[in-house]
Amino acid sequence: MEVVDIHASSDHEFIARVEEESRQNVRLCYQCGNCTAGCPYTFVYDIPVSQIMRLLQAGQKQKILSSKSIWLCATCESCTTRCPNEIDVALIMDVLRHMARREGYVSEQKVKKFWDSFLDSVEKHGRVFEMGLLTRYITRTGRIWTDVDLAPKMLPKGKLSLRPHRIEGRDKVAQIFKRFREEADK
Amino acid sequence: MKIGVFVCHCGSNIAGTVDTARVAKAAMEFPEVTFASDTMYACSEPGQDAIVEAIREKGLDGVVVASCTPRMHEPTFRRTVERAGLNRYMFEMANIREHVSWIGKDMEANTNKAIDLTRIAAEKLRRNQPLHPKQFEINKRVLVVGGGVAGIQAALDCADGDREVVLVEKSSTIGGKMAKLDKTFPTVDCSSCILGPKMVDVAQHPKITLYAMSEVEEIGGYVGNFEVKIRKKPAYVNWDLCTGCGLCMEKCPAKKSTDYFNERLGKTTAINIPFPQAIPKKAVIDPDFCRKFTKGKCDVCAKLCPTKAVDFEQQEEFVTEQVGAIVAATGYDVFDISKYGEYGGGRLPDVITSLQYERLLSASGPTGGHVKRPSDGREPKTVVFVQCVGSRDKSVGRPYCSGFCCMYTAKQAILTKDHIPDSDSYVFYMDIRAPGKMYDEFTRRAMEEYGTQYVRGRVSMIYPKGDKYVVRGADTLLGTQVEMEADLVVLAAGAEAAVGAPQLAEKLRISYDTYGFYMESHPKLRPVETNTAGVYLAGACQGPKDIPASVAQGSAAASKVLAMFAKDKLENDPVISMVDINRCIGCGKCIQVCPFGAVKEVDFRGQPKAEVIETVCQGCGICTATCPQGAIQLSHFTDNQILAEVNALCQP
Amino acid sequence: MRNFAYYPGCSGLGTSMEYDKSTRAVCKALGINLMDIDDWSCCGSTPAHTVDHLLSSALSGRNLALAEEMEAEAMITPCPSCLSNLKGTVHRLSDRGFRHKVNNLLEMPVQRTMPVKSVLQILDEEVGSRELADRLPEKPLHGLKVATYYGCIMNRPPEVMQFDDHEHPMAMDRLMQALGAQVLPFPLKVECCGASFGIPRKDVVANLSGRLLDTAQALGAHAMVTACPLCQMNLDLRQGQAASVMGKEFNIPVFYYTQLIGVALGLPQKELGLSKLCVRPSIAFDAMRSNREQEPASKSAGKKKPKTKENS
Repeated sequence: MEVVDIHASSDHEFIARVEEESRQNVRLCYQCGNCTAGCPYTFVYDIPVSQIMRLLQAGQKQKILSSKSIWLCATCESCTTRCPNEIDVALIMDVLRHMARREGYVSEQKVKKFWDSFLDSVEKHGRVFEMGLLTRYITRTGRIWTDVDLAPKMLPKGKLSLRPHRIEGRDKVAQIFKRFREEADK
Repeated sequence: MKIGVFVCHCGSNIAGTVDTARVAKAAMEFPEVTFASDTMYACSEPGQDAIVEAIREKGLDGVVVASCTPRMHEPTFRRTVERAGLNRYMFEMANIREHVSWIGKDMEANTNKAIDLTRIAAEKLRRNQPLHPKQFEINKRVLVVGGGVAGIQAALDCADGDREVVLVEKSSTIGGKMAKLDKTFPTVDCSSCILGPKMVDVAQHPKITLYAMSEVEEIGGYVGNFEVKIRKKPAYVNWDLCTGCGLCMEKCPAKKSTDYFNERLGKTTAINIPFPQAIPKKAVIDPDFCRKFTKGKCDVCAKLCPTKAVDFEQQEEFVTEQVGAIVAATGYDVFDISKYGEYGGGRLPDVITSLQYERLLSASGPTGGHVKRPSDGREPKTVVFVQCVGSRDKSVGRPYCSGFCCMYTAKQAILTKDHIPDSDSYVFYMDIRAPGKMYDEFTRRAMEEYGTQYVRGRVSMIYPKGDKYVVRGADTLLGTQVEMEADLVVLAAGAEAAVGAPQLAEKLRISYDTYGFYMESHPKLRPVETNTAGVYLAGACQGPKDIPASVAQGSAAASKVLAMFAKDKLENDPVISMVDINRCIGCGKCIQVCPFGAVKEVDFRGQPKAEVIETVCQGCGICTATCPQGAIQLSHFTDNQILAEVNALCQP
Repeated sequence: MRNFAYYPGCSGLGTSMEYDKSTRAVCKALGINLMDIDDWSCCGSTPAHTVDHLLSSALSGRNLALAEEMEAEAMITPCPSCLSNLKGTVHRLSDRGFRHKVNNLLEMPVQRTMPVKSVLQILDEEVGSRELADRLPEKPLHGLKVATYYGCIMNRPPEVMQFDDHEHPMAMDRLMQALGAQVLPFPLKVECCGASFGIPRKDVVANLSGRLLDTAQALGAHAMVTACPLCQMNLDLRQGQAASVMGKEFNIPVFYYTQLIGVALGLPQKELGLSKLCVRPSIAFDAMRSNREQEPASKSAGKKKPKTKENS
């Protein structure tokens, strides 16, 4: 266990950035633990959400962005709804996730690849083509056997669309992605 | 006039951002100013002595002090000039601290503003007149509103000080919340054992008149001469005849009446005496449940009563009392836990408030002092206490700490172990607040000697599972979510302002804060006085507090009352309105707008004119602003005085 | 007829097509006119907002702008995730700087003139359980014990979603009661089921959905009722996976609330998509019938059985 120089190791710019993007004041948190208490995903987190808040107050950027927790948050809003200081904790987790992505910290590869496959499908077709999404995901992750037990349940019932629903305005949707990337590069 | 101007440095408070020497120098140029100096601390003894000396040596007849806010030291300096032989109203203050030096750091701008403020103060002073207060009689009786421990203490202290006391209590018995407690921290004294004797003293004291089942309806008058109209609510039992024998309770057939004393746990009879040590020990009928009222027939209690005290026709009565001072001691109420939907929203029978648990612990409670689950009557083996329910929580509009919950939770955990030796108690907390004498040691006892498990973290959710309850919380010191099953959950509900407090405040003409707690004159230095002369505060109505603090405030309020009554007459504040009869056209507008009812219509040679009731006028000035003729003027703040200030300020 | 701009959501075309179908059938029967938003596109759902809020709001924004062109009272959607993104976007667009950035990415700017609500809210507020109950005096689902499960984001956070109590919502409960069903006091109404982690982390879904199923089962539920495509999929399609992780057996059909309303109203089965459910719906209806048989005769007399014949 390392000893933390709590003064020198605090990344103030990081704290300010998170506060700006989330429009939340992290000093409002008095570490009551209510968020952790209600978070249904604590059992798979490596760092409970109230500790992520504490690490944020202490400016420990590296530790936060390399955590698995921020990738496993489902934005279920339990924390935000119950925080006695009315902090939008779920929004802060989302913002941390944005930053992790931008700076290349990805500790839950499968989750990221799933979401990327989803967005690729949207960009291409305008709507999610579920079969295409699955195929892309399997290709990216190599997980051929994932959920293979579900196939017999889904395919006969026609629940997996085998053809994409292409919309007329799919180029408009693709435009959104394109412009977004251009803005982000600026 | 010969005006002296004294500019205070206030250490570096003012001098740090205002060039006080320059202000004094500029003041010498003002009309009729013959002396100006700057001083380190004007309010200190040498500072005041310098003012007195200057008045005597330079023959000054008016003084301006440019320093802090008049709310701080106006009375101080008024006394200073009076000591030097001047009328105390030949004095003006310019606030160059709160209004100048504390606002910004620009020395140039600040100094200019300070000079302006001093200039207008001097201009006003040139038009000041000496004012002389009048004296009036005091009625040396006191009204105490609220019969909890603070009110009881205030009443006893005033009565022991040989003054007549009228004690008004809205429920049928005095004792307040303290009477509902089983034991008290940190001594684990039995609450009714220590309060009981005081309650009996109140009942038996020759100087105390107790009106229970009564509320204050209206208050008129002014300090020293209040007229209070009290509404006595019908108990439907003639208390002059009732002996408190309790026979009626034994036989009453309406057994599903809401038991308010037991915090709605269990039921009681429609005619009841709330608890055995009630003072007055008289029966009361709840008309919402009594069959005579709801169905038109039943006469069981009336027939049984050995003294024929039952009176279904009883009406409310009004009595009027004249008093000279009022002490408000109306206490607090418990936070409504139904606001926490995540804890079951008040619907889960075994998730109860701390006050309800107190009734379960109490031998005079609904379970005879045996701790039983309200749902099935079984003894709980695992009890979870949740602190900070409705306290320190912005999201429910209660950001403040209620101050006593950490202590009573520790007490309840200790008592639980006493009642059920093989039980396990858990306390979910954020912090432990135990500031009083022997308080922290008491909470440590709960942990060290009684084996209570303290878990540092809030509880997010409580929900039923089978016949138990899942409590989902956090242990932030362990850094994990924790979950456990409890038989009984006790929520440490916070304190909030008593129901009806704001309405009573309006009648008393005192202020209250955003939560409904009454406002003291100064949070540090004047905790039991209000800004309304003659009205004092005691106990939790001023803010959540424990029993020792409430008792202390009860005595403190009594001391203020006794001090006021030690004089034979009171002086009124001469900064009041006066009517120039020649200019008054009798339109009556001032009478209509006065919030205090201090202006009355009189007949002057057959014409209606306004006249100010000097003892009631509070000097607010609304009438002055309203009068179309400028006939009614607020002394010391006349139109001419204020216009002089404006003219001085708006120089080209 | 009340006109609403209808946003079905992507899953309505695939894994939750029975939700879309039954929603349309029920709305038609109850006088709610759904007008499909022409050429609607994906709102971005969870993946978009985890990448960037600007992207997410733009994807949602395109659809808001399309709906605003229509003569409709409100834009409604059956999917809570779509609802959350659309409403969240409207909320975020109140910041002028952000609005400017979002509109820069779009062809048509968003005016924020049209309210966004869930289909459940419309059915609860515009039709109401009282009217529904009046239509069904014979109480067709009498005897059916249901656990109503709303999912985590339908009503949260309350400042954004602005509908129903965020800890104990009652809209679905009221509608189910109107059909004659017995609504059990299910305590985990808003507890997350595992959301979109089904594919990348199915262990998470198995655990969370498993707990929900376990709790419903312990209460004696014949069925669970949901209002969210992801919740329904996690609880129904992945019920087997949940059972393995919990070490228990589950046989609890998971309906969409619109399917049960449709059943009660006697709408044809193929319009309700009951055959798409993985855990056989007949399990629930069988339990309902045997529950009725156990009652004293006087109570169940005059109560008709539902008119549809469901495939097993």
